Amino acid sequence: MVIVEPCPLSLAGVTSRAAVPALIRSGDPLKTLGLLAHHQPPCSFMFYGQPPLENISLTEFEAFAVDRLKLLKSVETLGVRHVKTTEDYKKKLETESKNLNFPYRPPSQTDQRKPQIGLSEHEKRRKDHISHFILRLAYCQTEDLRRWFIQQEVDLFRYRFNELEAKQKLEFLHKNNLQYNTISAEEKMSLQEKLINSSYNVSGITVKDQDFYKVPFQDALDLVRTRKVYLKAGYVYIPHQDIVAIVINDFRTRLSKALALAARSLPAVHSDERLQPLLNHLSHAYVGQDYSVQKNVGKISLEQIDSLSVKSFPLCMRQLHQALRENHHLRHGGRMQYGLFLKGIGLSLEQALQFWRLEFIRGKVDADKFDKAYTYGIRHMFGKEGKRADYTPYSCMKVILSNLPSQGDHHGCPFRHSDPELLKQKLQVYKVSPSGISQILELVKGMHYQLACQKYFELTHNVEDANFSLNHPNQYFVESQKALGGGGGGGGGGGGKDIKREMGTPQRSRENSAVRGSTAAPEAAASASRDLAEIPEDLDSYFQDA
Amino acid sequence: MPSSDYDSACLPDLLPLYYRRLFPFSQYYRWLNYGGVQKNYFQNREFSFTLKDDIYVRYQSFSTQSELEKEMQKMNPYKIDIGAVYTHRPSQHNTVKSGSFQALEKELVFDIDMTDYDDVRSCCSAADICSKCWPLMTIAVRVLDRALREDFGFHHLLWVYSGRRGVHCWVCDEAARKLSVTARSAVAEYLSLVKGGDEMVKKVVLTDPLHPFITESLKVVEKYFPQYALQDQEILSRKESINKVLALVPEDILFARNELLRDFQNERHPEKRWELVNDQASRKQSTAKKGHYFEKEIMLQYCYPRLDVNVSKGVNHLLKSPFSVHPKTGRISVPMDLKELDSFDPSAVPTISLICEELDRPRTGEEELEDVKENEKDATERRKIRDYKRTSLAKYVKLFDRFVDGLASSWKGELLRKSDLEKEF
Ligand SMILES: [Zn+2]
Repeated sequence: MVIVEPCPLSLAGVTSRAAVPALIRSGDPLKTLGLLAHHQPPCSFMFYGQPPLENISLTEFEAFAVDRLKLLKSVETLGVRHVKTTEDYKKKLETESKNLNFPYRPPSQTDQRKPQIGLSEHEKRRKDHISHFILRLAYCQTEDLRRWFIQQEVDLFRYRFNELEAKQKLEFLHKNNLQYNTISAEEKMSLQEKLINSSYNVSGITVKDQDFYKVPFQDALDLVRTRKVYLKAGYVYIPHQDIVAIVINDFRTRLSKALALAARSLPAVHSDERLQPLLNHLSHAYVGQDYSVQKNVGKISLEQIDSLSVKSFPLCMRQLHQALRENHHLRHGGRMQYGLFLKGIGLSLEQALQFWRLEFIRGKVDADKFDKAYTYGIRHMFGKEGKRADYTPYSCMKVILSNLPSQGDHHGCPFRHSDPELLKQKLQVYKVSPSGISQILELVKGMHYQLACQKYFELTHNVEDANFSLNHPNQYFVESQKALGGGGGGGGGGGGKDIKREMGTPQRSRENSAVRGSTAAPEAAASASRDLAEIPEDLDSYFQDA
Repeated sequence: MPSSDYDSACLPDLLPLYYRRLFPFSQYYRWLNYGGVQKNYFQNREFSFTLKDDIYVRYQSFSTQSELEKEMQKMNPYKIDIGAVYTHRPSQHNTVKSGSFQALEKELVFDIDMTDYDDVRSCCSAADICSKCWPLMTIAVRVLDRALREDFGFHHLLWVYSGRRGVHCWVCDEAARKLSVTARSAVAEYLSLVKGGDEMVKKVVLTDPLHPFITESLKVVEKYFPQYALQDQEILSRKESINKVLALVPEDILFARNELLRDFQNERHPEKRWELVNDQASRKQSTAKKGHYFEKEIMLQYCYPRLDVNVSKGVNHLLKSPFSVHPKTGRISVPMDLKELDSFDPSAVPTISLICEELDRPRTGEEELEDVKENEKDATERRKIRDYKRTSLAKYVKLFDRFVDGLASSWKGELLRKSDLEKEF
């Protein structure tokens, strides 16, 4: 292997170690993977099928990783603020990619003559490839990290794939073994009406003109889920223009499998105390505070919860709290969402048991039944039963996207899962001004639920422009306590100030000076790279022994 | 009804009899073994038992049919749940290195529970059911059965009455058993039209164009709607229920609500009133673009099946087993015959006390004759067949038999293919 700079890293070592755990023992990863004979197909940079095989310098390693984090963070922010198919979204993502020196459009014949600024196209693709694999390692560690990483990578992929020319798309399909059959003209005509009624932007004329692929429904789950495609006898009929959904599904599945495999090899990676902080910094930089780590246990008394729910709970938790007090019961989804939130703000297991029991036995559940039916679940939340996993409080994304509320449920995101009319009434009851309400409803209409919640925060805390970007109910609570304790808050007082001291500290006094939280992106990245630079020189021996 | 004499206090006496003489073990094993096509499929299957005093025992597994029989006869579970097929024997899950014990496969299941319809039925609430609301289950079965067969291409669907207030569906096709969690949730969401919790008034919103799945589902709902909603539930008869229906008329055509309220004063007949709603809807359809399916939305919100997506989604989610007893009602979870679905009466489903009592009745001459004919089977097996045939359970076991026969034809092909492959080596 060629040593480029004083501190070379063999990426083949790191990445294949994570991608194929068995290879750690097998000695010669390159041979086992059969990669040496391969050459990379033109679009391969987008599917990340094979790990990079070269050595890179420490400087590059950190720079690449940090840049990709920035890119993925932009993907996330743009995804929240814009509809993903709009020109606005595409333009902004293109600019971000350009600024960070990532490829933003796959090269085509017509592109070749364009003058290059900064890195050459080849260098950009190399950076894209390498940085993706570094982040896989950092982001395979927990389910939350994996979900975040997959979501952003999938969005990035979708944007890039959509930029391909029709011919390139087809080429891409074939290169990735997605060879589906098109249906005959006769079949197409006989299904015409159904195809029109089940696919978007398909009319009588376009049915005739375009190919429809017959694909097993398992390969097109996103289209099935949203009923955006015709489904018959287990097959979906996909117009050529929508084939992108298939490719994305395939990308998501592969990435998710790769991360699961990588996670299994982590104990080996983690046993090295030099590598662990490096990966941890990279991963913590963007998902924000880890609210499952209890820093404030016992700092809140049960008596405070009622007043805190009015002052400092986000609407979703206030709604759950109110429903619990009214019905003396919450169904499973509500217990999970609210219970984990309460754990995150500092309730101890004993307090939680007491809290739920006191409320439930006021309803139809007697103490005996409570102990039998509900104690296990609460202990489970605190990692005392079952797999003994310490469950993480739900993030906004999780609340909005997973486990939709149904009859009898009160969980979910009120901005997403309430009738606008009911939401409006509720906000009136909570004394939000009419102009504030219409601003919130406008955001809801545009499907910006987190922004709507943030607006609610600003209005109820008398803050002009909250300088954080909301992505977690527990973050809402921490920020609210900060705002109320800081003296400027509207109807503050009470428990606000006392708790604030406790809640405020963990973020600032972290042992390793890394600034967490999503707003702190550049700082976090910078501090991550500081730590990278401190890694001792013999790190390379670690990378190379694979 | 004979069920009325069921007393849950007798369960400890009845269960041993039921598991010894009536539970259809051989068909049950034949089902869950799936022809032995996949190795250890039955052996790695999780069962969980609820015992007396709500003691819940998870991760039971059995290596053979006779072990299953022996254990069930020993433990006499109040309730049996079926879980997933795992990587290892569930009974040994504690000895396996953590993380490697994983759920691999399970039937795709659906659970429809009457309590989820509490906002749209006026006759009962919570766990209660009656003949006025049971049609909701009939509609649910019809809608889902059609979609699972025609849209998803599944063939082997076992519909089971839960024993109390709902129905379960077990989709047993090989492709269904192999579905991932993501795929299961996609199927369940495809099939879900009624969305939102108590914070949502309007739970069905249709957009143009209507997907063929919705059109087909509407055909089913339309068939039952007049009798069920207008006659039995009287949704357009009383003032509060009328207001509830009209709250679903979109806000931007408030005048339509008022016109309807006015017209209703001169028209008492519920079906005529519904015609008035339809008229308003078609008038709206000719003038505007948005909200022009409100009559369909109303029908769906009142009648469309409400699925518990979480039950269908999880591979490792447990579901009450067919032929398990419902401890509260004493009724057996029996398979349902779709050919006679419209006349299915949950209150006529046999209870454990009824069938145990039937066992004690003197036998008829005809039965004795039949026994002689079956003398080629071994004695205990013969006695058990004889036993259930003398009870009201017989027709449900027969139904189950027919279902497993259908399944068997699918794995026979598979076994043939496998043995051919072996011959080639
Ligand atoms: Zn009823």
